[in-house]
Amino acid sequence: MREIALHILDIAQNSITAEASRVVIEIDEDKRKDTLTVTITDNGCGMSPDFLQKVTDPFTTKRATRKVGLGIPLFKMAAENTGGSFEINSEIGKGTCVKAVFGYSHIDRQPLGNTAETILGLVTAYENVDFLYKHSVGDKEFVLDTDKLKEILGDVPFSNPDVYLWLSDYISEGENELD
Amino acid sequence: MKSLAELEAIRNKAKANVNLRKDDHAVRIVVGMATCGIAAGARPVMNAIMEEVAKRNLEHVMVTQTGCIGVCRLEPIVEVYIPGEEKVTYVKMDTKKAAEIVSEHIVNGRVVSKYTIGAEQ
Ligand SMILES: Nc1ncnc2c1ncn2[C@@H]1O[C@H](COP(=O)(O)OP(=O)(O)OP(=O)(O)O)[C@@H](O)[C@H]1O
Ligand SMILES: [Mg+2]
Repeated sequence: MREIALHILDIAQNSITAEASRVVIEIDEDKRKDTLTVTITDNGCGMSPDFLQKVTDPFTTKRATRKVGLGIPLFKMAAENTGGSFEINSEIGKGTCVKAVFGYSHIDRQPLGNTAETILGLVTAYENVDFLYKHSVGDKEFVLDTDKLKEILGDVPFSNPDVYLWLSDYISEGENELD
Repeated sequence: MKSLAELEAIRNKAKANVNLRKDDHAVRIVVGMATCGIAAGARPVMNAIMEEVAKRNLEHVMVTQTGCIGVCRLEPIVEVYIPGEEKVTYVKMDTKKAAEIVSEHIVNGRVVSKYTIGAEQ
């Protein structure tokens, strides 16, 4: 992975596979503490304590097509390579929370990358899932709550061309404001 | 600056038009989005397809994601399903090729053979 935004896409994809109906994605850039924290919380099927222990080991996965799961080990490694930390909490039937803390100014920290594309991709690809996205940089914050958007849209889908293009601009503008 | 009021206006316009149902979509474009696909660049490919479909107002086309399609070294992979036709699998996609597939295959009905899995193997 070249960007943290790709890890986020990947980890959120796990939440979808786990049949989550709500996924909360938070990015907090705190230059004072010199940290970049990514938290992804879902209400999916969760993992047993046993499985959870093995999940950071690349030879654990439920998938049939390929034997090794890479998403979590790669994310963990990316965070730990920057003097940061990594943590997963999960409970069967309740959900999962993945938290990665990166050293903000560490030379090996990947760029955050194109978060706007990641969020747009997730939100529009999985319309049945509610996403809450919060990105803060210092005291500036951009929040996207698909619940609110769906309230406005009624039965008009995100895949409606006008809606899709609006959403694309809305997210990009929100993210650009943070700089 | 985009506003929520604008979104409401879009909703009203869409409602005034035909009330398109999701399952009316006849053509399906599927992008492989497991870790292998994402690492290989599937995300911009996905968005390029979405944007192309949106700009061209292709209301009969549905774009979806799937997990690992099983040939990681050929990612990003895009599959096109058109009713009554055989599935076409495109490999090693990028945003330019993806846009070309929308215009050539979806709009003009011509399979872009040079990007298919058959051409690769
Ligand atoms: N949010 C989650 N909820 C429930 N189970 C999860 C979650 N995230 C991961 N898992 C479990 O942990 C396994 C390992 O996840 P990981 O992302 O590392 O690999 P993978 O998804 O199997 O494959 P890939 O390499 O494509 O990501 C998954 O197969 C799944 O069983
Ligand atoms: Mg995964």
